[in-house]
Amino acid sequence: MSFTTDTLEQDLKTQEYKYGFITDIEADSAPPGLNEDIVRFISAKKNEPEWLLEWRLKAFAKWKTMREPKWPNVSYPPISYQDIIYYSAPKPKKVLNSLDEVDPELLATFEKLGISLDEQKRLSGVAVDAVFDSVSVVTTFKEKLSELGIIFCSFSEAVHNHPELIKQYLGSVVPYTDNYFAALNSAVFSDGSFVYIPKGVRCPMELSTYFRINALNTGQFERTLIIAEEGAYVSYLEGCTAPMRDENQLHAAVVELVAQKNGTIKYSTVQNWYPGDKEGKGGIYNFVTKRGICKGDNSKITWTQVETGSAITWKYPSCILQGDNSVGEFYSVAVTNNMQQADTGTKMVHVGKNTKSTIVSKGISAGKGQNTYRGLVKILKKATNAHNYSQCDSLLMGDRCGAHTFPYIEVQNSSARVEHEASTSKVGEDQIFYCNQRGLSSEDAVNLIVNGFCKEVFRELPMEFAVEAQKLLGISLEGSVG
Amino acid sequence: MLTIDNLQAKVEDKQILRGINLQINPGEIHAIMGPNGSGKSTLANVLAGRDMYEVNGGSVEFNGQDLLDLDPEVRAREGLFLAFQYPVEIPGVNNTYFLRAAVNAVRKHHGEPELDGAQFLKFAREKAKLVELDPTLMNRSVNEGFSGGEKKRNEIFQMAVLNPKLAILDETDSGLDIDALRIVANGVNALRSPDRSFLIVTHYQRLLDYIVPDFVHVLVDGRIVKSGGKELALELEEKGYAWVEEELLAGAIA
Repeated sequence: MSFTTDTLEQDLKTQEYKYGFITDIEADSAPPGLNEDIVRFISAKKNEPEWLLEWRLKAFAKWKTMREPKWPNVSYPPISYQDIIYYSAPKPKKVLNSLDEVDPELLATFEKLGISLDEQKRLSGVAVDAVFDSVSVVTTFKEKLSELGIIFCSFSEAVHNHPELIKQYLGSVVPYTDNYFAALNSAVFSDGSFVYIPKGVRCPMELSTYFRINALNTGQFERTLIIAEEGAYVSYLEGCTAPMRDENQLHAAVVELVAQKNGTIKYSTVQNWYPGDKEGKGGIYNFVTKRGICKGDNSKITWTQVETGSAITWKYPSCILQGDNSVGEFYSVAVTNNMQQADTGTKMVHVGKNTKSTIVSKGISAGKGQNTYRGLVKILKKATNAHNYSQCDSLLMGDRCGAHTFPYIEVQNSSARVEHEASTSKVGEDQIFYCNQRGLSSEDAVNLIVNGFCKEVFRELPMEFAVEAQKLLGISLEGSVG
Repeated sequence: MLTIDNLQAKVEDKQILRGINLQINPGEIHAIMGPNGSGKSTLANVLAGRDMYEVNGGSVEFNGQDLLDLDPEVRAREGLFLAFQYPVEIPGVNNTYFLRAAVNAVRKHHGEPELDGAQFLKFAREKAKLVELDPTLMNRSVNEGFSGGEKKRNEIFQMAVLNPKLAILDETDSGLDIDALRIVANGVNALRSPDRSFLIVTHYQRLLDYIVPDFVHVLVDGRIVKSGGKELALELEEKGYAWVEEELLAGAIA
């Protein structure tokens, strides 16, 4: 990929550590380590109301009693939680004067992704000229949304401006007791996004973190909360196809979605964090808890994810299908190349009557990558006529990688219909030769074959995102077939 | 067009081609016939550049270039086409999209502008008519769920679209019923031109009833042992390959 370990290590070295500091509110960052004082410090830094501090402290107390999960099919050296810095104020990125100062490998990747020059500048922190006035774009955008009563802001802003909504919904889908990383996030979350779509409103555009300028420095412990009121619709895009680098190795985000009666939420992710080098050095640990609740009747939540980055991915975007006739969908492409590991999938919990869920998971393993699908389909007693369809396909490239599938099915209602299909295939030399014989290079051939494999997932992505995701996949797998 | 000089090739440790000599001029149709295991398909695949075969002797010149020195995709872009005996399925990849990527790879190689979707579609639809290809197949995944006949027709369709200088048909007739055979043959005949050559590899004579070759060569045990005009195919049909082998044996004894 585009970054050498050296540059990442350099970044780590240049980070300023301020040892011996305890609760100086003026400081830019907390000392490493985690204790109640740190939680109080973070809360004070963000000027939070007392109830939120209480909530964080309860989460922290819970976290202390919990243990890091060992069941995922991944391995990594122990994480020293007392060596991590849990708060540092978003620092303005060093502004470069021109693209000449940017890592040429990074530029080469931008080029392959087809990212425009102005966009390349924005992403790599080059001062942008007046032609590309993103601020005015954002302003127009925000005006339009507020006319419709849509709230789209940072989590911290929402805490201050819409405390009643945060109080009502925070932790309502992913309680701080849920799991080790969710508890950690609840105690120390830095910032994130908040979206509220009022009753009957169809959000007229894809909401993307891209438009939230102050979200450019995404933290280590992000928290996102999206609420679609009765009959509301929203499509939310998270992430970016450009390679994202972060000096923090551990990322533990929490995302909560709430869809009320007839509400629809589409949540699409492209994750391209630094995966580490070919030997597996460096790289992000991405331990995320994402869950949505279809609270009202006829509500619908769709998770679509394209996971190409990170050294380790541990995430299971899930749906609780509480409302009658509610629908949950999960479409996933997960790529592991070189030494990457992924243990990802979903949970579909059918509570209401006539609830329906669809799972389409495409795992691609190359190099020495290990790719695990883990999914739970649970049909509760009262969920009459529940229906699930699961399809898990694995594609292997080369003979040193691995694909694993762990489907769990629990059915408590005999009227349920649960279908599971799985396949494993290899990118065949005969397929590549066939493409070669029609004039396509081996690289293009692999691209074509892999994109064909992922088609059912890509078509769930918003158009532009899908095109970028296809290119991204090609870059992630570059050189994996000789 | 194509000059094959003493070509030898093996798979793993097994020597399959033992010195092939063949000259194909522009506009000519050559048929290679022979019993199973004689090396017919190996010859087709070696010319196309499949890397499971190791060339261990001889040379091949294609329009003034050393063919064996070129990567398979470059051979294709230079105008060498192989209609596969067993066309490969590529799930999820739209047939039209695939073919446009192929055409544009060839155009790019020759410094020509790439075709956009609409331009290509218009062009491809005309060619589809030529091989009586069901237009719905153009929107399906490459060869996925195609019947045997549809796959072979799709190969000829691709050939028509890619407009090669030399087309190699590897047992295109195998598994085809008589109607499909006729359609495939009509497609090939429509593509005959003074500057396009064909190398048709077949086990049976019946394809040559529809595509009339200029030359017929008999391949036995990795060598061309007999060459002649179109009538040689009929003679083979009548007397069988054993006849050639016996004749060879007699020659060897004499």
